[in-house]
Amino acid sequence: MKNKGLTKVDLIFESIDVRKVMNKAFEMTSDEIIEQILESGLKGRGGAGFPTGLKWKYTAAEKDPDKFIVCNADEGEPGTFKDREILDKVSSKVYAGMAIAGKAMGATKGFIYLRGEYRFLLPQLYVELHKFHKLINEIGYDFSIEYRMGSGAYICGEESALFESIEGFRGEPRNKPPYPTVSGLFAKPTSINNVETLVTAVMIIEKGPQEYVKLGTKDSRGSKVFSISGDTPIPGIFELELGMTVQEFVNEFGDGDTKAVQVGGASGFCVPRKKFGETIIGFEGVPTGGSMKLFNSSRSMYNVLHNYLEFFTEESCGQCTPCRVGCQQLLLGIEKVKKGDSKSTYLNELVKLADTMKVASKCGLGQSVGNAFKSIVENFREEIIY
Amino acid sequence: MVTLKINEHEIKVAEGTTVLEAAKKLSINIPTLCNHQDLCVAGNCRVCVVEQKGARTLIAACAMPVSQGMEIQTNSLKVRNARKHIVELLLSEHRADCTKCYKNQKCELQTLANEYSFGEHIFLDLVEGHAYTIDRSSPAFLKDDSKCIRCQRCVRTCAQLQHVSAIAVANKGSHMKISSFHDRPMSHVVCTNCGQCVNRCPTGALTEKTYIDQVWDAIYDTDKHVVVQTAPAVRVALGEDLGYDPGERVTGKLVTALRQLGFDSVLDTDFTADLTIIEEGTELLTRLKKVLVEGDKTLALPMFTSCSPGWIKFIEHKYPQMLPNLSTCKSPQQMFGALAKTFYAQKRGIDPSKIVSVSIMPCTAKKYEADRPEMRSSGYKDIDYVLTTRELAVMIKQAGIDFRALEESHYDSFMGSSTGAGVIFGATGGVMEAALRTAYEIVTGRSVPFKNLNILPVRGMEGVKEATIKIEGTVEEWRFLEGAELKVAIAHGLVNANKIAKAVSTGKASYHFIEIMACPGGCLGGGGQPIPTNAEIRQKRMEAIYSEDMHMDIRKSHENPEIIAIYEEFLEKPNGHKSHELLHTHYTKRESY
Repeated sequence: MKNKGLTKVDLIFESIDVRKVMNKAFEMTSDEIIEQILESGLKGRGGAGFPTGLKWKYTAAEKDPDKFIVCNADEGEPGTFKDREILDKVSSKVYAGMAIAGKAMGATKGFIYLRGEYRFLLPQLYVELHKFHKLINEIGYDFSIEYRMGSGAYICGEESALFESIEGFRGEPRNKPPYPTVSGLFAKPTSINNVETLVTAVMIIEKGPQEYVKLGTKDSRGSKVFSISGDTPIPGIFELELGMTVQEFVNEFGDGDTKAVQVGGASGFCVPRKKFGETIIGFEGVPTGGSMKLFNSSRSMYNVLHNYLEFFTEESCGQCTPCRVGCQQLLLGIEKVKKGDSKSTYLNELVKLADTMKVASKCGLGQSVGNAFKSIVENFREEIIY
Repeated sequence: MVTLKINEHEIKVAEGTTVLEAAKKLSINIPTLCNHQDLCVAGNCRVCVVEQKGARTLIAACAMPVSQGMEIQTNSLKVRNARKHIVELLLSEHRADCTKCYKNQKCELQTLANEYSFGEHIFLDLVEGHAYTIDRSSPAFLKDDSKCIRCQRCVRTCAQLQHVSAIAVANKGSHMKISSFHDRPMSHVVCTNCGQCVNRCPTGALTEKTYIDQVWDAIYDTDKHVVVQTAPAVRVALGEDLGYDPGERVTGKLVTALRQLGFDSVLDTDFTADLTIIEEGTELLTRLKKVLVEGDKTLALPMFTSCSPGWIKFIEHKYPQMLPNLSTCKSPQQMFGALAKTFYAQKRGIDPSKIVSVSIMPCTAKKYEADRPEMRSSGYKDIDYVLTTRELAVMIKQAGIDFRALEESHYDSFMGSSTGAGVIFGATGGVMEAALRTAYEIVTGRSVPFKNLNILPVRGMEGVKEATIKIEGTVEEWRFLEGAELKVAIAHGLVNANKIAKAVSTGKASYHFIEIMACPGGCLGGGGQPIPTNAEIRQKRMEAIYSEDMHMDIRKSHENPEIIAIYEEFLEKPNGHKSHELLHTHYTKRESY
């Protein structure tokens, strides 16, 4: 595949006339909106990458007169801070995205589930929301949005745990099926989308899908906002066209001594230097919700992994066995190997355990613990043992 | 209908069926832990994972509905490896002191460990570094968090079947645990001690508090006279713990076994069940007369039964404003206790301080009830020890008794004779039926107008039952009831009790008499009954109860000769002075959190 190189883009934060784009969408039929999103190839920007158009299509197909659009703003993945910036800078586009999604699938009610730590954004968000409600009232369209606050649990970013939380219950993932598009928030058909996904959808409507597909690759259309941190001289938020290799990324953001990049946060993959050139950032390589953390040679990958496992041991909801106990075993296991209390071959058992967690855990949290674990243990085995 | 394949076998099942249920139809066993037939699906232990062709991950068979063309493998290498890991993970966080554990050989985790984990454990022991709580505060049960595998059966039981939620999930990750409100001891939260959680706990995390050793000590103390009473529901379930199929009546062998264990006198709670009918029936008729005819505002209708100590604690916590609606009658166990150390002691010429009164109950809440401070009207603790059906089975095994080979024998006298009305107390609707058999006859002088005295409308496993009995042809004293329709209701399981209590407290229901049992199916589904429990087992026990009733010579409480005698010799008259002193009680408003 031809590499596209590294291109900076300004789509998400571009200031646009929100009224105009909503009017444009409201003049379309539900099917037309969904068709445009499908055509754009947009995949969810929270990390899992489910095609947004399909999600809307499935929700639209449900007969229930009550449906919800939920915006997942529980940005909890370690090293991700782009949704905060989007809400801070262009919340009106988030609201517009929800209204357009609402129109596409027949929902008149939206909820934004905001990460507890982002409470400080609320006063300004409410000012903008008030303006939005006034605007939509002027347009004469029936749609409203409410905020719901998270309380600091990582698991509440998982869609069904998020619904439980909004409903007032303990944030624990549900069994699927039924999927949210059939039975989501308050058991009603629900489309739940990431903040960035909604804004991207607005821009697709604004510019047209033909324009959007010019960016990115076949499997990873468009551009994406990255949260760049770690050993980099220029940490921060950058919108980049999808399809670049890790090498190209490191050339731009590295400090000249990058030995590994953690793509996708704690639940993502660790790419070692020797694989920089062959690894594409995107759904054909390593997908990411935006978190890019660079590590230079001064960093102990044991410490990095230990830190991630401590995080998961704390943030697993504790409901299902593979995740609750598995995380504790992985953490204690690498500690024992490091201390020499367990043989280094015990790492092989732990890798198998990570595989079990990947296939047997109830939700995405437990299923993705193995990503970081395996990619770090396999690539930096000596750092874990010695 | 949906067609799918499980291990290459094709099967057609109804839409909505789970993979687990479909496999069961093919006689393919998929192991489970968090799954329980009485409870909603959780899908959290993951022991039941199976492989679905084309799926990215394994799927939980208990939670996955079948779909057309689905192909399932229940025993692939991938499945076996995952399942072994999951069992090993559970074992790593479980304090496996199996040889000391009350649930040894009755533990579902142990059974799985037997199949999936032998030799060296794969994973590290997580119990060591953890601080666990072992809560011994309740007189009814123990909660040992070090043995908990977080399947949440108890949590679902308490919420879904009992509407109590005394226990719930707290914290997350490695700190996740099953906890009470603010981590308070179980004795200090809204818990009814019903023991339904104990019945469903797959491990030794929730067990009844045992008093087996204390009872043995009393039996071997030559200075003590140990009397034992057996509740109606025990005789139709004890067999399950001794190798019989559910629904087997073992009354005669039970009596013989108790005698062989060394109890000095083997008596029957059914006797005081009959006594309860006389006292409670009289109370009901008196209330009806005072409220409806004399306009007495101090008495409340409808009247609720008061036999179930789980229900009593529930109403004390949740509906204290309705305490005046409770019958003041003690439960049959406590009536027995009060009489054992007064009337019985007198009649047998035994110093009541030397009497140890033991009861065998299908119930854990009875342990709490026996400990209530007001249950000392004999001047002593009316009931010294309460053993569950399960504990009795343990004693029988300890004594080396070959239960199957036992001869059948009869209860001792006095306080051992009973009627079919007494025995049906063990099933939901039974108290109501027994009360109607007697009350109707008091009021009309005739038997209840039902074939063979079987009042079918009040029977069965429906959560809430209602019936109306038209009273006609009354005798002079009860003429005011002529033509009246007595409206009754029955609920079992506290979630159903709550429905009725709510309807009554908001004025949406107009009943006269309501029977409530805290446990599903009534006492036969009690928290002290053999494990496992499910709807099918409870149905069989219920059939056994009614069959026991049909086999009794006398089937109306007021015809029990010992009941007639006790009023002549001791109590004088129903609801009389002595009755009030010994057989009636009062209730306490408790906090709602």
